[in-house]
Amino acid sequence: MIRLNINGQDRDVDVPPDMPLLWVLRDELNMTGTKFGCGIAQCGACTVHVDGVATRACQTPAESAVGTKITTIEGISGKAAEAIQAAWQKLDVVQCGYCQSGQIMSAVALLTDNHNPSDSDIDAAMDGNVCRCATYPRIRAAIKDAAKAMGA
Amino acid sequence: MLHHLIKQAAGDVAVPAEPVTASRRSFLKGAGAVGGGLVIGAMLPKAAFAAETKGPTIIGPADPRPQAFLRIAPDNTVTVLVKHLDKGQGIMTGLTTIVAEELDADWQQMRGAFAPADSTLYANHFFGIQGTGGSTAVANSWDELRMAGAAARAMLVATASARWNVPVSEITVEKGVVRHAKSNRTANFGALAEDAAKLPVPQKVALKDPKDYKLIGDPSLHRLDYVSKTNGTAIFAMDIRRPGQVTAVLARSPRFGGTVKSVDSAAAKQVPGVIDVLTLPVGVAVVAKNTWAAIKGREALKVEWDDAKAETRGTEEILADYRKLAEKQGNVAANKGDAAKALAGAAKVVEAEFVFPYLAHAPMEPLNATVELKPEGGCTIYAGSQFQGVEQKVAAAILGCKPEQVAIDTVWAGGSFGRRATPNADYIAEAVMIAKAYGKAPVHLVWTREDDIQGGRYRPLFLHKIKAGVDAQGKLVAWQQRIVGQSFMAGTPFEPVMIKNGVDETSVEGASDMAYAVPNLAVDLHTPVSPVTTLWWRSVGHTHTAYAKEVMIDELAAAAGKDPVAFRTELLKDSPRLLGVLKLAAEKADWSKPLPKGRARGVAVHESFDTFVAHVAEVSVNDKGQVKVERVVCAVDCGQAVNPNIIEAQISGGTGWGIGHALRDEITMTGGVVDQANFDTYQPLRNSEMPPVEVHILPSTVRPTGVGEPGVPTAAPAVANAVFAATGKRLHQLPFTKSGMV
Repeated sequence: MIRLNINGQDRDVDVPPDMPLLWVLRDELNMTGTKFGCGIAQCGACTVHVDGVATRACQTPAESAVGTKITTIEGISGKAAEAIQAAWQKLDVVQCGYCQSGQIMSAVALLTDNHNPSDSDIDAAMDGNVCRCATYPRIRAAIKDAAKAMGA
Repeated sequence: MLHHLIKQAAGDVAVPAEPVTASRRSFLKGAGAVGGGLVIGAMLPKAAFAAETKGPTIIGPADPRPQAFLRIAPDNTVTVLVKHLDKGQGIMTGLTTIVAEELDADWQQMRGAFAPADSTLYANHFFGIQGTGGSTAVANSWDELRMAGAAARAMLVATASARWNVPVSEITVEKGVVRHAKSNRTANFGALAEDAAKLPVPQKVALKDPKDYKLIGDPSLHRLDYVSKTNGTAIFAMDIRRPGQVTAVLARSPRFGGTVKSVDSAAAKQVPGVIDVLTLPVGVAVVAKNTWAAIKGREALKVEWDDAKAETRGTEEILADYRKLAEKQGNVAANKGDAAKALAGAAKVVEAEFVFPYLAHAPMEPLNATVELKPEGGCTIYAGSQFQGVEQKVAAAILGCKPEQVAIDTVWAGGSFGRRATPNADYIAEAVMIAKAYGKAPVHLVWTREDDIQGGRYRPLFLHKIKAGVDAQGKLVAWQQRIVGQSFMAGTPFEPVMIKNGVDETSVEGASDMAYAVPNLAVDLHTPVSPVTTLWWRSVGHTHTAYAKEVMIDELAAAAGKDPVAFRTELLKDSPRLLGVLKLAAEKADWSKPLPKGRARGVAVHESFDTFVAHVAEVSVNDKGQVKVERVVCAVDCGQAVNPNIIEAQISGGTGWGIGHALRDEITMTGGVVDQANFDTYQPLRNSEMPPVEVHILPSTVRPTGVGEPGVPTAAPAVANAVFAATGKRLHQLPFTKSGMV
């Protein structure tokens, strides 16, 4: 049995220790907001926060997350999260939407640490998150919009 | 072209010949041919409204087969039943907008739901079966949904008229409020719905004049999915969790056309969580408690494959074979004047060979579906279903039941780009086979990303050889084009209609129907066969024909000593809509203004799926010869713009799709085995690489056409032409890395 702290709650799961956090969330806990895209940390669809750091859940063995605080798209809150989700909605960023949980998790982590990200900051934080619909221009605009809203 | 031809294939499906008239008679007749009267409600399959408000509904006449497009609930919500798959292109929002407009609804009361699978009610009129593709959805639903909205509005007004005992002519409807101003009475739709449902569907309704549109064309409307897709609650097929369901992954032959020779499943069965290993005609399925166990189980599987009928060539060998084929005349796709003779007499002749690689669709949500067998026979399929009409038939054949016993619960699809619609329902068929063989619980079949990248159904590898000439005045006089590439229509139910005289329309569309005025045109086609599976890929034949045409025409402009926009303009005199977008894009991109050193522009213009698009790309080249796309300007004429906000997103996204793949993507094979496996080797465009894209929409009240695909064809050739302007280098082989571009 492995105990994980997810969105502020302790959850006990009976899984092999090497099962990636992604599948613990999706298959064991039915928290399907975190998405499977590639399985090799190349697309960012599975991004969650581990102790506040944007982390690819598909390459995070369950046992390595013991003792950390895990936050998923279902559990994000706070000023940065609210600003990012509001900006995403204001600008209608989404198309197919499958990557957007991960995009939002990366963007929230970015804004939490950096209230006024430059384009190159955005590149660095967001290049790990693939969007095959290429919603990138609106993602960039939404991050800037959210930063502005937070500063206001 | 694709959708027109498929429409012919359907044969027995009628669409109103006169699309927009004040009379609804023709519409109702047309609708009758696909099995319906109008509208809404009580008679609909329950599944469609599982998550919706309960209660009696309006306008459910005693028609045995209601053409069920909308329902108005007592809680005043209006739900539009959307028969097309929304895979990101925004069609749930688009079709809901069309109904809301004619209904004079308030946007806030509008909801959308995916229609159940039933081709008698929900056929795509271009296909004859229920399905989404070819950028047809808005064009297909434009008439029937405006009429559905207008009919429902008329019934609400008639109900208010009777209730208030006032003439219909004194009643107005605005933003969901039915009003009699004189007596200062109002009612919302929900309050009238139940009584309205008892009325007969009117035989005549007036449709709005486009100048009165309030919602159609409004750029401030939000997508219906803008909240659920930003908080993780939107449900995709990958998120379906049926009681007791198990997960399966399938081991498929590493070579296309290979079959299972022997299986050693002992080690796989030892993997904790693995439940069963099933050998099927399509491969070896590992059934497990969860996805991780299924993947680990497959890794432990030992399968020997029989390659007797498999493709064992690499892509280099395939291309060499194509070049040999291209030495000979193929089947004639277009022949006008005498191209050979005109070329012999041309003042300048330009020749080029273009190569386009196999490409994977790689939608963000890997293919997957859940299949639940019904005790009484048949099944329910939970999927981002794009070809419901085909999938029902395929599943029924596997299960030995009737197609109507196959229910499909369509959910949001995480992208498709063509991949989810296959003429043999490939991944759905796999899921049904596994569910049937396992038999004990609902089965969720999951493709991993490796399965996706290596699993075929690629945009075919194509070779084009073009020879074209201008006369002494720089006028285009001849164009000769030979095309070599596989057909994905051959061997499918679409073959008899799509392949005529040995020419697959989808291989030559955009080439055989050459838009530029040229008196002597010859296009021919070779269609080699390979076990490598291929498929339509966002914008289909135009992915390669537009590129070859637009790069070639640029070379001819250079040969003629003419400006690329001016040269195209001369040749498009009789194509006003192409000319319109070309002019607008050139203007907005400041085409005539000089650029600083190291920067250059390129242009491309093309029609696909009845939509007209021009791109102007601006690139910079640094000291090392590295090219960066700095700015892209795009003009689109898709007729009446229903949702400008979504059109902008689709054309911008299509631009990223076109440029992203052109930069570096290709599927190659060595000895028949695919070299790429995941996003580390098949590298998607990333945020920092996406250029700013400006989209300009031509104002129009012409019937609307699609935008999902038409943003793709001109994006890459505009960049290639800009690279030529900057460096003098022509990019004839894709991806650009194969043409020596860094």
